[in-house]
Amino acid sequence: MSFGEIIRFALRGLAANKLRSGLTMLGILIGVASVILLVAVGNGSAKAVADRISALGTNTLTVSTSGGRGGTTTTGGLTLKVADALDDPVLAPDVKSVSPLVSTSATMAYGSTSYDVNSFVGSTPSYFTAANYPLASGAAFSEDDNAQGRRVVVIGQTVAEEMFPGVDPIGEQVTVSGALFTVVGVLDEKSSSGGFQDANDVAIAPITAVRQVLTGYGAINSILVEAANSKMVSTVQSEITVILNQRVPTSSSGTAGYTVRSASQLLETQTETADTFTTLLGAVAAISLLVGGIGITNIMLVTVTERTREIGIRKALGAPRRVILTQFLIEATLLSFIGGGLGVAAALIGANFKIVGVTPVVVPSSVILALSVSVVIGLFFGGLPAARAARLRPIDALRYE
Amino acid sequence: MHPVLDCRSLTKVYGEGDTTVHALRGVSLAVERGEYVAIMGSSGSGKSTLMNILGCLDIPSGGKYLLDSVDVSQLSDRQLALVRNRLIGFVFQSFNLIPRTSALANVELPLAYAGVHARARRRRAMHALETVGLADRYDHEPNQLSGGQQQRVAVARALVTEPALLLADEPTGNLDSHSTEDVLTVFDELRAAGRTIVLITHEPEVGARADRLIKLFDGQIQSDERQHAVGRHAVGAPG
Repeated sequence: MSFGEIIRFALRGLAANKLRSGLTMLGILIGVASVILLVAVGNGSAKAVADRISALGTNTLTVSTSGGRGGTTTTGGLTLKVADALDDPVLAPDVKSVSPLVSTSATMAYGSTSYDVNSFVGSTPSYFTAANYPLASGAAFSEDDNAQGRRVVVIGQTVAEEMFPGVDPIGEQVTVSGALFTVVGVLDEKSSSGGFQDANDVAIAPITAVRQVLTGYGAINSILVEAANSKMVSTVQSEITVILNQRVPTSSSGTAGYTVRSASQLLETQTETADTFTTLLGAVAAISLLVGGIGITNIMLVTVTERTREIGIRKALGAPRRVILTQFLIEATLLSFIGGGLGVAAALIGANFKIVGVTPVVVPSSVILALSVSVVIGLFFGGLPAARAARLRPIDALRYE
Repeated sequence: MHPVLDCRSLTKVYGEGDTTVHALRGVSLAVERGEYVAIMGSSGSGKSTLMNILGCLDIPSGGKYLLDSVDVSQLSDRQLALVRNRLIGFVFQSFNLIPRTSALANVELPLAYAGVHARARRRRAMHALETVGLADRYDHEPNQLSGGQQQRVAVARALVTEPALLLADEPTGNLDSHSTEDVLTVFDELRAAGRTIVLITHEPEVGARADRLIKLFDGQIQSDERQHAVGRHAVGAPG
């Protein structure tokens, strides 16, 4: 009996039980597709986080006061003098720029509209490049503006849209806490890196002006230090640590009065979170594959047990054991391969859509793993009982209930 | 000429120890080519066990069984499959057609296992269906056929390989009187065509149609007599 003939037998066997064959394939399909898709979602979100952080610039370090967020009110801590000291070509030759930072929320008013800006930042011009804030229109304020304490401001996209609908904001005057600021530039649209905070809901003005009008002359919030390139970040970190240890008084408990965090450390933390997420999703997917596998096992066992009688008939008609076994193995293989293949197809199609705000990125190994697990389960639990039934004496198989 | 079927002191024992059942206690029997033999006996007389052994579906515990002068007890699993396919046509009480498969495909099945090519297979299967008078129902599935029709398809399936021996295990046990007559007429015609038939029954009127009647009792042959078949269909007159 030829192999093609046996394949035709297997196809006829599958077609004879369309509903059951369909349900089995559906089970495999769901198992395979969910594993691939869930892992892809986890992977996609990890990738998205990494992309966002690398967009931030990985060659910056943030120095902030440790303990207590209200840097403006605590005595000591970081001051402009500390920031100036960090810009030292002898002690810290790899520092490209130092941007002291004060930040507060403020209400801006223009004509009859007023708007609460989430983060009103005072800094130096170097901040725009260090923090990766390119301008869409207008210009950033200059070093001279900062030195003179001119009241100029650069606003983010959200602020521009809220306060100046249909109006070019450049050159317009806004009132912030009773003082007039002139809008000189609008920032480019920026993807929200923090997740919940809108990165475009921001206004940046010279630090001298902000201290004068809004925050007062206390301590500053943080200092953004930019390294010459991303490879020098750790060198810069040790360089500025030496300076900071001299300049910043230790807190009452004896620990250092500041912390230094690099963007890559931030990236690590977030990547770790994303990895945990991926692992969690992978575990859920693995469980669904397991359940799917048990489903396949169950259906295969039931199918072959139910067909033991048929195997008896076929043996009585003179079918050799090999032919029966091959027929059932091919049936199981077709079921698992077609089901698994459709599952892969479904997952690949599903991966083209955003799922809960994440663009899934398919991991090739998860495709192979899910497919092979389902096929192996299908073959094993389809083949094993078939082999057992094919070994029976025909009379025992015929009497099987 | 050697007999088609020749068994010598066959025994079959089921179970072990206290629960041992002696289904056959030494049955010796020879059937010549072209004979129509009926085996009768009450339930528990061992007739089904005998039939299963004759059909190579089961193996005897002791004794010798020669089928077409081949000692079947010496054969491997693979060779037994060949014997079942080529030498024996088996008709079951419960028809045992493959469900959800057309009558033609059912009849073709033994030929497929024999490695016959598709075209020849189809021709021979249609011919076998014609023999049992169901050529017009070739595309019906078992559940679309009556009991008698299903059994005639099963007979066609048993015939299609032109086996040396046609075995029927209570072929009319599940049929009404009308269908019984249909099936028995087919057997009469086969007998007339020179086929060797061995059937089991517990219905005397079925046994009366055979040339030779063997009665089994308690695993042994009680009587074995030739008879003039009664009520046989006109075309089936012994010749």
